[in-house]
Amino acid sequence: MAANRAGMAEARPSPKVSDEVRQTTCYMCACRCGINVHLQDGKVKYIEGNRDHPVNRGVLCAKGSAGIMQVTAPSRLRKPLKRVGPRGSGEFREISWDEAMSTAVGWLTELHETAPHKLAFFTGRDQSQSFTSLWAQHFGTPNYAAHGGFCSVNMAAGGIYTMGGAFWEFGQPDWEHTKLFMLFGVAEDHDSNPIKMGLGRIKARGAKVIGVNPVRSGYNAVADEWVGITPGTDGLFILSLVHELMKAGKIDLEYLAQFTNAPVLVDKETGLFLRDEDDRPLVVDRRSGALTAFDRKGVRPSLSATHDGHRTVMALMAEKYLDPQYAPEAVAERCGISADRIRAIAAELARVAFDEAIVLDRAWTDFRGDTHDRMIGRPVSMHAMRGISAHSNGFQTCRALHILQILLGTVETPGGFRFKPPYPKPVEAHPTPHGHGRPGRPLEGPHLGFPRGPEDLQINEDGSPKRIDKAFSWEHPMSVHGMMHMVISNAHAQDPYPIDTLFMYMANMSWNSSMNTSGVIEMLTARNDDGGYRIPRIIYSDAYSSEMVAYADLILPDTTYLERHDCISLLDRPICEADGAADAIRWPVIEPDRDVRGFQSVLIELGARVGLPGFLNADGSHKWKDYADYIVNHERKPGIGPLAGFRGADGDKVGRGEVNPDQLDKYIENGGFFLHHLPDEAAYFKPWNMAYQDWAVDLGLFDTPQPYLFQLYSEPMRKFQRAAEGHGDRQPPEHLRDRIRTAFQPLPDWQQPLEDAAVDHDEYPLHALTQRPMHMYHSWGSQNAWLRQITNVNKLFLPGKLWQEKGFEDGDWAYVTSVHGKIKVPVARMDGQNENTVWTWNAIGKRRGAWALGEDAPEADQGFLLNYLINELLPPGGDGLRWSNSDPITGQAAWFDLRVRVDKAPPGGPSEPAHAAILSPVGQGPSNVAYGEEF
Amino acid sequence: MTSLPRSTEKKLGLVIDLDTCVGCHACVVNCKEWNTSNYGAPLSDMDAYGAAPEGSFLNRVHAYEVTPDTGGCAQTVHFPKSCLHCEDAPCVTVCPTGASYKRVEDGIVLVNEQDCMGCGLCAWACPYGARELDALAGIMKKCTLCVDRIYNDNLPKEDQIPACVRTCPAGARHFGDFADPDSTVSRLVAEREGIDLMPEMSTRPVNKYLPPREKDRLSASGALSAQSEDPKGFLAWLDKALEAL
Amino acid sequence: MHPAPSVILFTTLSGLGFGLLAFLGLGLPDVTGGIAFVFFAIAYALAVGGLLASTFHLGNKVNAIKAFRQWRSSWLSREGLLAVLTLLVMAPYAMGRVFWSENWALLGWLGALLALATVFTTSMIYAQLKAVPRWNTRWTPVLFLAHALAGGALLSGQITASAVLLAVLGAVQVIVWQQGDGRFAASGATLESATGLGRIGSVRQLEPPHSGQNYLLREMAFAVGRKHSAKLRAISLGAGVLLPLVCLLVLPFSHVLALIAVLSHLLGVLAGRWLFFAEAKHVVALYYGR
Ligand SMILES: Nc1nc2c(c(=O)[nH]1)N[C@H]1C(S)=C(S)[C@@H](COP(=O)(O)OP(=O)(O)OC[C@H]3O[C@@H](n4cnc5c(=O)[nH]c(N)nc54)[C@H](O)[C@@H]3O)O[C@H]1N2
Ligand SMILES: Nc1nc2c(c(=O)[nH]1)N[C@H]1C(S)=C(S)[C@@H](COP(=O)(O)OP(=O)(O)OC[C@H]3O[C@@H](n4cnc5c(=O)[nH]c(N)nc54)[C@H](O)[C@@H]3O)O[C@H]1N2
Ligand code: SF4
Ligand code: SF4
Ligand code: SF4
Ligand code: SF4
Ligand code: SF4
Ligand SMILES: [Mo]
Repeated sequence: MAANRAGMAEARPSPKVSDEVRQTTCYMCACRCGINVHLQDGKVKYIEGNRDHPVNRGVLCAKGSAGIMQVTAPSRLRKPLKRVGPRGSGEFREISWDEAMSTAVGWLTELHETAPHKLAFFTGRDQSQSFTSLWAQHFGTPNYAAHGGFCSVNMAAGGIYTMGGAFWEFGQPDWEHTKLFMLFGVAEDHDSNPIKMGLGRIKARGAKVIGVNPVRSGYNAVADEWVGITPGTDGLFILSLVHELMKAGKIDLEYLAQFTNAPVLVDKETGLFLRDEDDRPLVVDRRSGALTAFDRKGVRPSLSATHDGHRTVMALMAEKYLDPQYAPEAVAERCGISADRIRAIAAELARVAFDEAIVLDRAWTDFRGDTHDRMIGRPVSMHAMRGISAHSNGFQTCRALHILQILLGTVETPGGFRFKPPYPKPVEAHPTPHGHGRPGRPLEGPHLGFPRGPEDLQINEDGSPKRIDKAFSWEHPMSVHGMMHMVISNAHAQDPYPIDTLFMYMANMSWNSSMNTSGVIEMLTARNDDGGYRIPRIIYSDAYSSEMVAYADLILPDTTYLERHDCISLLDRPICEADGAADAIRWPVIEPDRDVRGFQSVLIELGARVGLPGFLNADGSHKWKDYADYIVNHERKPGIGPLAGFRGADGDKVGRGEVNPDQLDKYIENGGFFLHHLPDEAAYFKPWNMAYQDWAVDLGLFDTPQPYLFQLYSEPMRKFQRAAEGHGDRQPPEHLRDRIRTAFQPLPDWQQPLEDAAVDHDEYPLHALTQRPMHMYHSWGSQNAWLRQITNVNKLFLPGKLWQEKGFEDGDWAYVTSVHGKIKVPVARMDGQNENTVWTWNAIGKRRGAWALGEDAPEADQGFLLNYLINELLPPGGDGLRWSNSDPITGQAAWFDLRVRVDKAPPGGPSEPAHAAILSPVGQGPSNVAYGEEF
Repeated sequence: MTSLPRSTEKKLGLVIDLDTCVGCHACVVNCKEWNTSNYGAPLSDMDAYGAAPEGSFLNRVHAYEVTPDTGGCAQTVHFPKSCLHCEDAPCVTVCPTGASYKRVEDGIVLVNEQDCMGCGLCAWACPYGARELDALAGIMKKCTLCVDRIYNDNLPKEDQIPACVRTCPAGARHFGDFADPDSTVSRLVAEREGIDLMPEMSTRPVNKYLPPREKDRLSASGALSAQSEDPKGFLAWLDKALEAL
Repeated sequence: MHPAPSVILFTTLSGLGFGLLAFLGLGLPDVTGGIAFVFFAIAYALAVGGLLASTFHLGNKVNAIKAFRQWRSSWLSREGLLAVLTLLVMAPYAMGRVFWSENWALLGWLGALLALATVFTTSMIYAQLKAVPRWNTRWTPVLFLAHALAGGALLSGQITASAVLLAVLGAVQVIVWQQGDGRFAASGATLESATGLGRIGSVRQLEPPHSGQNYLLREMAFAVGRKHSAKLRAISLGAGVLLPLVCLLVLPFSHVLALIAVLSHLLGVLAGRWLFFAEAKHVVALYYGR
């Protein structure tokens, strides 16, 4: 309204908000909130949260609120690009889609037909993994994964192997009922808005929050108790809590006996479970004293029984965790937490779990057929993420944390931690990995899965890895998300074999998502003696002019999130809630103003033109026109497709149902998402609750009910350990035998992080960490004119003590040195952090010339990456070998094991290493912006 | 116009909960997003992609560290700040053109951009840094309390609240009428001892801040008493405890 | 506060101009014709030039005309009105002297009063600002008036008056500095009170809200080093008061010396005005840890 725009506001001004609102899903980060996009004259005027959406219920974070500056960013790629200068120069020629597609089809067809393993297809931040993996499966290459291996696979694997579900966004605290929320190692996490909303609810009713984090910022700033732990020692701290609770008998015996493998008998010879002929683990019934399968009706499993000298898991746990090595005073110094505080926290956990128990008058029936007339809740909830998982001991720490939750009886009980569908889902319901590539033929099954033992490793007869990233090899047997961080390094080393084409999607691998940034840049540009590149071809899809673009040979420019179809599917990483299943779509709410195409649609066309069987009809015609077509018409199993809502000819079927050609319209009408509530009696105790199990079967999550026990003691772990002890025909190589024996403890313990053990602590006395800024998503925030103003320089925060010792002053710079490299950075003081820790915001530093920013942008001049100091390989050990800097169990990249030294540097920038600028394929952004002038 | 009303019918404003704010900047950006396309001139961004990007914002979030007088570890506090819609708003009385005014009906302090000459004096008069002169438009910008939302009949009733309040994921921002002692905001202030910023400036801010709750109290609060010391004792206890179930 | 050249020039020149007008209005010196023309021309040039300079920093000059509307509450508005009124009242008076050798004394007295009132209103623009404790004192109008009067006396060639007023100005300036140094602390504003976190403990900025600059920081968080400030104070006092005094009282009178005295005074006043802004700390700087 013009009058209102400039003049004195009327008493009750009521200007028109927009012409039209279109509801879709945000993708300024992977949280996937619902948004209302207000359009005026075809332009985006305002984006707000969708109040009906299960994820965000109307709120919108800083990133989401800056969407306008993303879809208008000058850094958007405009047309396919073909590299004309040397890699890394940024010199490109714009080409037509015809040329781009035929180039890609040419390269890929040859590989598909002759040597599919020579294609490595890895995806980053995308949310269409069930589709991209299908593509790769049909291509026949074993070399596919998403980025989970360097992200937080420990958390996913630790959760699924222990309790059939994990933190990430796959579960949530019972925000409504919880009375004590304990948060380990989280700065932001994928559930960005839900965690904030949950904290807000907790705070509104004055419930307590304990934050365990070396740094007191963000969520930890509002925590009532802040525990400034020394990085990498959470496992010790947690097991010390376990020690205290067990010693005091403050554990939920009913829960442990009924729902966990605590009563299961462990064979004293093999360390494997005693099982009956149907392979069901055995327990001793408390009443009859008889040995019986765990799941028989009326069984009251005994926790303390022995049978022929075989003891229960509970007994093994007592033996392990009551040991004084886990006593508070034994761990206090290493954890940087006083023994008194550890005891007080244990007491508080016990007090809230047991003295403030919640009782819901809701009857439910368990998998044994026993009916419970109420639901007893232990209102202690926990959540954790990369602070726990991004260490080389992270898998076991995650397991330890889940064991703590389980001992307190707080998983899937009111007030505790709750799974979101499709979880809970036991390991047995997950596939095993597949990696046997054959020319011209699809893989026999999905690439990624959950190994049950050595038999599921993806290795050749001679023990060598089948995969380029060496996932599922003896080096990292349970690398269930693959190991994207090793791909470039291994491809460059041609170990285990050379590849031809590296095909990547939405991952800034030459910059913030690589360990060892300068090393990776060298590897991407390294040449053979004949002058050809060591990694011969690189195809990359990005939407923006990122650092990675410069290192690819062929660029397939993607759309922005408001310009394309996407599917947030139950087959993948859906947006479910603990109280229901939900999925969502994105759809083009605005049309691209550039010659760009949605990557999934491009992949569909590539698949068909390369001749991948799954992408063609019997008559050779293309199976799907584009991604929208795939979303609606693809069926995983008959009646089950990417979207669960509005199935069937009339659109009234849920989960299972024939294809509905109008499905997308239905989603759009419904606000871009679909939500299917579960019945009240199915809301808790889901792994054992038949009402839930039946609901899940109806919905198509499983074909039969899948109740299971929580795995305090992990049999798959024991199987790998047994192999290392010399049992079985698949044997680890000698140099890994010891490491597997110690790493694969079936009951978690704490190992010193690998880098901690490898480097001299006098020389590198400090731990160095990064945290995600809540208002930035990795590298993409800086191209956003609004977000970059909030943070365009990252300083290294030094603890007060160090600050004073070294005589730092405001505005100073420092050299930061690790065993691997040295950088120069600006510093600032922070007192609220662990005294042996320094930290900075993640991914603020930018390569000069990238993102359509000026070459003198502060992000390039004073911003920096800690990644330069981290290596994908550890320093050579006693055996002269350089092991991957990853968790020996899962291959999780150990970002946070980093140790450094900090010294005062001469004042002033630029931060070092200071790279030369890359040429911008999209030019530079305009100087001034005044968005909204025309409205 | 620039004389202050003796009193206002309503006292609309915000409560900011410092115990809950996680410092996410959602309110900062959503405020910018709403206001750049609505009330008055856009909120410009100078050198938006260059070496010194600098734009107008009506709300900014600071971060502080507080070292308790009683000893103990420093605490981080995220601190959002926008116009406090002061009852004795010095920014209004100094304005020579009459562009700045405080509304009698609801107490909102606004700038009438058609009259503003961009002298900046009101920004000098404000102790809180709540006014910013837009570099491109040359006009004074400040929080409007989303006057174009809170009465906007084109918005659903539940959305007739400020953009920053609607968007705040943590629910750390509350909007309401402080003249009504029963409003949520009044009750929050009473319950949580809400405070004024810089009372010594005698501006009588309408917006109130809820201070952080007391922290780090779990250190010497006692330990659990042991039931058993070793595995054997534990198993014996276990038998007994199970018996009791 | 940011020592913006436009504002420094404005307050300095217009102060001098109105000071001179005040003397001229009192008939000091009692000149007519061409000489009067020169005096009035200088006075008007300074006053009007100063006023024009003050519009340089306006973001939206087209609305400058609206600045006269709010005289009931706004010192800036009052200043504008009084300035114009002074110039209007002094114009016939000046014409009387220049063209008709007439001394309409009553008009002159009125003009002189208005001129000083204008200076007073200028000073009140600053003095009223609680948010800038150094300015928020009665000494600010005293200082501005002392400046205007001493400068006016000097420009109007009133040697004795100049000497006395310069001495007064020097004394006032020293007092203003003295007490000004304690004003911020006395205001009670601290980062603790600004955030309300003082009840927990002492507060320190951890991170600013935005990485870069903003209007507030540029405008209100200017800081001047202690040494630099001491040097400028010396220059201000030396050039603005002492040297002119020496020129007037110690050395035999000459026009060259008078000119030197005036220019030196101007330099001193400019330095003093620069400090007036630069040393004044706005309480908003607290929020930025400054
Ligand atoms: N030091 C340190 N390094 C880290 C981490 C850390 O904590 N510390 N965290 C690690 C973790 S967990 C992760 S997940 C990685 C993340 O690192 P990356 O996976 O590299 O994430 P982004 O920086 O978001 O880069 C993704 C790329 O996707 C592009 N992109 C954005 N939107 C689209 C789109 O719509 N389509 C297409 N085709 N491309 C798009 C962006 O332009 C960008 O180039 O970083 C890792 N690196
Ligand atoms: N705004 C925003 N949201 C994001 C992202 C983003 O880039 N921006 N990225 C998304 C992605 S890909 C991911 S993987 C998630 C990750 O979400 P988070 O897990 O929250 O990731 P980080 O920011 O790496 O935070 C790790 C936290 O662990 C702490 N920490 C480090 N070491 C230890 C330790 O040994 N013990 C404990 N207790 N704490 C430790 C660090 O101080 C930090 O607070 O966030 C997602 N959400
Ligand atoms: S958390 Fe923010 S950026 Fe992420 S999806 Fe939600 S609104 Fe968008
Ligand atoms: S949106 Fe809410 S939680 Fe985030 S910074 Fe603003 S007030 Fe704090
Ligand atoms: S906060 Fe500042 S701008 Fe807002 S009313 Fe008070 S003095 Fe005026
Ligand atoms: S900047 Fe505008 S609103 Fe502020 S005092 Fe000057 S004229 Fe009034
Ligand atoms: S009330 Fe409106 S204008 Fe004021 S800070 Fe909030 S969003 Fe911005
Ligand atoms: Mo990640």
